[in-house]
Amino acid sequence: MTKELFIQGNQACSMGAIEAGCRFFAGYPITPSTEIAEDLAISLPKVGGSFIQMEDELSAIGAIIGASWSGLKSMTATSGPGFSLMQENIGFAHMSETPIVIVNVQRGSPSTGQPTMTGQGDMMQARWGSHGDYEPIAISPSSVQEFFDFTVKGFNLSEKYRVPVILLADEIVGHMRERVLIPDKTEIFKRVAPYENSSDFLPFKADENGTSPMPAFGDGYKVHITGLTHGELGYPSSSPDDHSNLVRRLTNKTLKNRKDIVSVDLKYCDDADIVLISYGSPVRSIIETVKLAREEGIKIGYLKINTIWPFPEEEIAKLNCDDIFVVELNLGQIVYEVERVVKSNANVHLIGEIGGRLPKPTDILDKIKDLV
Amino acid sequence: MTDHKNKNPFIKYFRQDRLPTIFCSGCGIGITVNSFLKGFESTDLDFDSLALVSGIGCSSRVPGYIKCDSLHTSHGRALSFATGLKVGNPDLNVVVFTGDGDAASIGGNHLIHAARRNINLIVICINNSIYGMTGGQISPTSPKGSLATTAPYGSIDTPFNLIDLVTAAGASYVSRWTTAHPLQLSRSIKTAFNNKGFSFVEVVSQCPTYYGRRNNLKTPIAMIKMFKENTVNKKKADTLSDDELLGKIIVGEFVNKQRYEFSEQIEELTYKKTEKKPIRKSAY
Repeated sequence: MTKELFIQGNQACSMGAIEAGCRFFAGYPITPSTEIAEDLAISLPKVGGSFIQMEDELSAIGAIIGASWSGLKSMTATSGPGFSLMQENIGFAHMSETPIVIVNVQRGSPSTGQPTMTGQGDMMQARWGSHGDYEPIAISPSSVQEFFDFTVKGFNLSEKYRVPVILLADEIVGHMRERVLIPDKTEIFKRVAPYENSSDFLPFKADENGTSPMPAFGDGYKVHITGLTHGELGYPSSSPDDHSNLVRRLTNKTLKNRKDIVSVDLKYCDDADIVLISYGSPVRSIIETVKLAREEGIKIGYLKINTIWPFPEEEIAKLNCDDIFVVELNLGQIVYEVERVVKSNANVHLIGEIGGRLPKPTDILDKIKDLV
Repeated sequence: MTDHKNKNPFIKYFRQDRLPTIFCSGCGIGITVNSFLKGFESTDLDFDSLALVSGIGCSSRVPGYIKCDSLHTSHGRALSFATGLKVGNPDLNVVVFTGDGDAASIGGNHLIHAARRNINLIVICINNSIYGMTGGQISPTSPKGSLATTAPYGSIDTPFNLIDLVTAAGASYVSRWTTAHPLQLSRSIKTAFNNKGFSFVEVVSQCPTYYGRRNNLKTPIAMIKMFKENTVNKKKADTLSDDELLGKIIVGEFVNKQRYEFSEQIEELTYKKTEKKPIRKSAY
């Protein structure tokens, strides 16, 4: 039977993790994500899982990558400053194709910024924060229910494609309490083990979806996992071709499976002259704005981005409207992606709110009226 | 190498398709790896349960040459990966190969916290007092006054004593040998495998290429000779004054004392809450 709960976003995230099969968490306390760690410290031992409070975020991500190779679904949770420290090993997880989930409950930034206030300043850091070419998967919940659902989805995508998945939540979604429906059965992706015997197995030879089955340490495959450029056997290689083939394959895992990964929600866009685009907690403001505007007879719709990375290029390019307003809690990050995609087909405007407040629906509407 | 008499008795443990190694001639890593495999062989552990983890640096390349599950991670972070691996599957025998820069400089915080937790794994720290992979810069164990590319007028830093560091942090087995003590080293590695807790084995090793050439120890033999002439066993060292010990390398076992082990306590907690053993490899 479906369970109905009234809980906080961070709690919903930790419940989603357990539901998805997460059995290992390593983290370091940081506002506003700490409740996820606190919750999992209670619940993981009850389901046969392990919780470790590490010495810092550098080691938290290291520990979850190690645990993932031991054969457990693994997760960490943090906020901006900790997310900065995790960047080096996000790159390692991409290069070594290690499934892990990283939750970033964003706060006001840069630097220590506003630990207890909301923000969305890490969108591009999630895209480009680690050095080199890689194509991350990042998803952004805008409600407590979505924080549960997207955590499950995050684990499923991570295991399916063997990539780190980042949940780009924000303080409002993390701390808000809402009604949540927990289904009695959730679709869970189980990790795929190699089917060859150990001597024939090439741990980095791609299957159809661009990835390969993943053995656990101790299974007898005697794999070598390295952050260095490597060939199909996993051995380090300094060949330009090996590097090119590897990095292209890794990025294509995400790009060629866009259709399976990307998700947006569109409402009232068919006849709209104006479309609002947002993600995370400000989605709540734009839904209200659209209601108010429609009552006044303004033809307006909204597009809610669920998958930030890979960016929903096709879905946004298809919009047929005169003006697009991107509402985000920073001074302009995703707006540049929207501009890149729509080219000159529509006027793209930014409504960027910083300081820790959500933009008021009436203020958004006033700005739209001013500009259009 | 076709001469049977000269064949390395441990060659069967190597990824032979990866040989030769990248190590310079005369490097101390070869002696250390032989002593490690000899020490491992003298235990009754299953080779299939061995997992080697490392960070970045010359010593961190060792796991890539041994035919076991191996995880070559980022600079300084090997112990955090190893912590997750061991807690995730305590049946694995996890060994971390590291160097002085990887363990004591960039990874210093992970080293002390792994020791504090007394997590059941072995750290083999090959200490050659130099950054070899990047071409000879001073490390946190370079002796005061020693020459390196980043200390062209002599190092002004005070070196770390890694033994004191991990002992203070809570390691349950601590030893130090040099590459001039291969037999003692392999016995020490055997003891480390049998210790249920955090074992730290420091191997004072030679880097003739980058350390020796700049510091009047031009050949591997000169360096090993220096180790032989300058080492004092811990038992004897306990009777000597600080002045008498100046410039000496104290070798031997420093700590061998059981205490609560980390991954076992996590398992016990799970057992207390569920009355079941934790499920291994539950991702599948």
